[in-house]
Amino acid sequence: MDVFLANAIQFGVIFLFGCVGEILTEKSGHLNLGIPGIMCTGAAGGCFGVKLYMASAANPNGFVTVLLAILFAMVFAGLLGAVYAFLTVSLRCNQNVTGLAVTIFGVGFTSFFLNNAVLTEGVGALLTTAGQQFFGASITEDGLGWFGKIFLSHGVMVYLAIVIAVLAAVMLRYMRIGLSLRAVGENPATADAVGIRVTNYKYAFIVIGAAIAGLGGLCYVMDYMGGIVGSTVAETIQGIGWLSIALVIFTVWKPAFAILGSIVFGALYILAMSISGIRFEQIQLLNLIPFVVTILVLIVTSIVGNRETQPPASLGLSYFREDR
Amino acid sequence: MDGNFALELRNISKYFGSVAANKGIGLTLKKGEILALLGENGSGKTTLMNMISGIYYPDEGQIFVNGEEVVISSPQDAFRNRIGMVHQHFKLIDIFTAAQNVVLGAKAGRYSAKRINEEVDAIAKKYGFELDPKKKIYDMSVSEKQTVEIIKVLYRGADILILDEPTAVLTPQETEKLFSVMRAMKADGKSIIIITHKLHEVMAISDRVAVLRKGEYIGCVNTSETTETALTEMMVGQKVQLNIERPVTKSDRPLLEIRDLTVKSDEGSTAIEDLSFFIRGGEILGVAGIAGCGQRELCEAIAGLRKVESGGIYHEGESIVGLSPKEIYQKGISMSFIPEDRLGMGLAPSMSVTDNMMLKNYQDHEYGIKPLPVEEGDASFKAKCRRLFNRTGAFLNRHCMFVDRKKARAEAEKVIEELDIVTPSTETPVRRLSGGNVQKVLLGREILTEPNVLVTAYPVRGLDINSSYLIYDILNRQKKAGTGILFIGEDLDVMLALCDKIMVLCHGKLMGVVHAEKTTKEQLGLMMAGALDLMEQKGKPMGVAKDSQIGEDQAWNG
Repeated sequence: MDVFLANAIQFGVIFLFGCVGEILTEKSGHLNLGIPGIMCTGAAGGCFGVKLYMASAANPNGFVTVLLAILFAMVFAGLLGAVYAFLTVSLRCNQNVTGLAVTIFGVGFTSFFLNNAVLTEGVGALLTTAGQQFFGASITEDGLGWFGKIFLSHGVMVYLAIVIAVLAAVMLRYMRIGLSLRAVGENPATADAVGIRVTNYKYAFIVIGAAIAGLGGLCYVMDYMGGIVGSTVAETIQGIGWLSIALVIFTVWKPAFAILGSIVFGALYILAMSISGIRFEQIQLLNLIPFVVTILVLIVTSIVGNRETQPPASLGLSYFREDR
Repeated sequence: MDGNFALELRNISKYFGSVAANKGIGLTLKKGEILALLGENGSGKTTLMNMISGIYYPDEGQIFVNGEEVVISSPQDAFRNRIGMVHQHFKLIDIFTAAQNVVLGAKAGRYSAKRINEEVDAIAKKYGFELDPKKKIYDMSVSEKQTVEIIKVLYRGADILILDEPTAVLTPQETEKLFSVMRAMKADGKSIIIITHKLHEVMAISDRVAVLRKGEYIGCVNTSETTETALTEMMVGQKVQLNIERPVTKSDRPLLEIRDLTVKSDEGSTAIEDLSFFIRGGEILGVAGIAGCGQRELCEAIAGLRKVESGGIYHEGESIVGLSPKEIYQKGISMSFIPEDRLGMGLAPSMSVTDNMMLKNYQDHEYGIKPLPVEEGDASFKAKCRRLFNRTGAFLNRHCMFVDRKKARAEAEKVIEELDIVTPSTETPVRRLSGGNVQKVLLGREILTEPNVLVTAYPVRGLDINSSYLIYDILNRQKKAGTGILFIGEDLDVMLALCDKIMVLCHGKLMGVVHAEKTTKEQLGLMMAGALDLMEQKGKPMGVAKDSQIGEDQAWNG
């Protein structure tokens, strides 16, 4: 049981990255359906960073490898986020269409990238070493009994994800910048009228959100897959990305709930793999559960009608100051 | 420069296209005074105030604050000059608390829930507002929201406050409370400009009154030295003679009767209060009133788009309250409303003229799947198949699965020809047409189905003279055909010339129904401002027809 829960947490943080990234983006009033593609790009970016490092350094250092992977994942994902931001904020394109285009691009790009031997040769091996040293390094192996096994046996990405989620929650709730961001997503005209720079906020939080989501892809490749860069990685991350967007609804746009929600989703996702001796069709059914749960949450929040659990009021709408 | 003036405007002009919204306006605001800005709809009051608060930039002229010339090109500039405006439509974030809304965007100090609550509470106490800083906006009444807006402006340190029709949404008690707060602010040395249409409020609160008419500055008088009648004359000006035909028709029995109607606005305040009136066939009943006096809500209630709180709407003696818009429309009641943006209601901009014609009466365009000939009593397999086909076809026809575009196109062509609509073809998207032609398409569709009651709001809004006259012609043609027309208009001169009777609304209340030939512009102006209430004077129920078609028992239920 503890192993299952530990695995759920380990897998859940992949959702957590995507979910927190999407929450920050949505709080600025933009529904970024490009998150699956952006998460993929993060994975590709991480691999690219590692490959660059391998090419330049004779004796790759594990810590630097991890750092570079994280950095490049965020830069790649952030760049794709910036493209989305430019299209939807400055050019005011339809957010749904743009997001889907970003996803298609990101998944395709990553598939090409990770299946290209020249670009990924040796990365897997290095990642495995680095991963064992840092990504998979545990704080404690066997201290503290079940508590240690569940909560303290993870790599750096798990704690990074939780720290980011907590920071996001604190920012949204207790900081002036969070208040302004929420105002932008609720009613950009009002925010504009009180002197909040709406466009800057939108750009900043779309890019930051994308960068965080990109870490999710990296997390999958490095932490969960242990650095094995396979050919189906892009497709799997894409599926995780869609679930992350569903998780945003599940957690009613609250990063703090997202920590718990991601563990639930992680548990549901690996449930099928953990039960031995079930048939293929049953696995497919089990994989449905996260979506069913999301629909249930939507139904419940709609019926309850609490204003606090609704999406940002201007989500999906372009803002143009002269439209008065 | 005279330092006594908190604000001075010199020769301010603003043009929208070729239309002058403000022409060479000069205005002064003394320190610590309450100035009322008075004017009809479209006289440029809000435009002028928007220039002071940085929403528009003046095309000509200078603005002085405390004797120094300033440039105000954004709301932030206005705040820097200690000018704050409370708009008619609140700019608040619904899911935030009062305090969060107040401090939003302000950069001063550390941000913590406790601190901002205390700060907001301190301001509220200072001026005598009643407000819970922790209350969420969505739980608030209209007057509480307004309080938040005013505190928001005060929090930013404004010395000059502009209130755009603050009393329009308030009850008399709330208005009194607002006025006492305004007096407290005045005592604190703040200068206040209040835009209002209600003359008695002008008299009650202001020190001076400035009057605008059609974008021009008419004058400024001390409140203590003027009367409501004098102000009305300044506001409406001389009567303009228009050459609009008013055909005489034989009055019919009442077609549409409204009894004690009460309707709420989107904000939850009462938009229409105990309104009774009736329209006969073959007459045009004008509705005069300041913008936002419940005209929209009235139209929507008649068309079945808005919930009726109490009272009744009767069409030829039958209640239509609670019927769906489609059922009401099929009874022959047509509504066309031209909102400020002219495209917002009634037409689908990216659909073609033909498609828009079909939007409302697509049921009449059912495309018959033609039945195959079957002989009676034929029991062959072929005949059975044909009967099945015919039954299916009839079912599909009944549920209007297909529409006959050919017929609709013919109708569109007919409307285009009759109303002289300029369009490249019947398949041109409506949004590509000019404003006047769009309005003609909308009106054309409404009269196409030969309604017997036509509700039309602002049909000539934004049109040039020629198009306007064409619309009047269309309405007169309908009138001659025996249609009862409710004409909600803006221009009093037009209404005096076109309508048979004019009903005046003041904040959702009926001020009286007058014959257009027997009344004057001044009288209408006074009624619109709430200074003259014929209902009180005559003491008889004016809006109830003697030959009402509503049965006794029904009237009781209503």
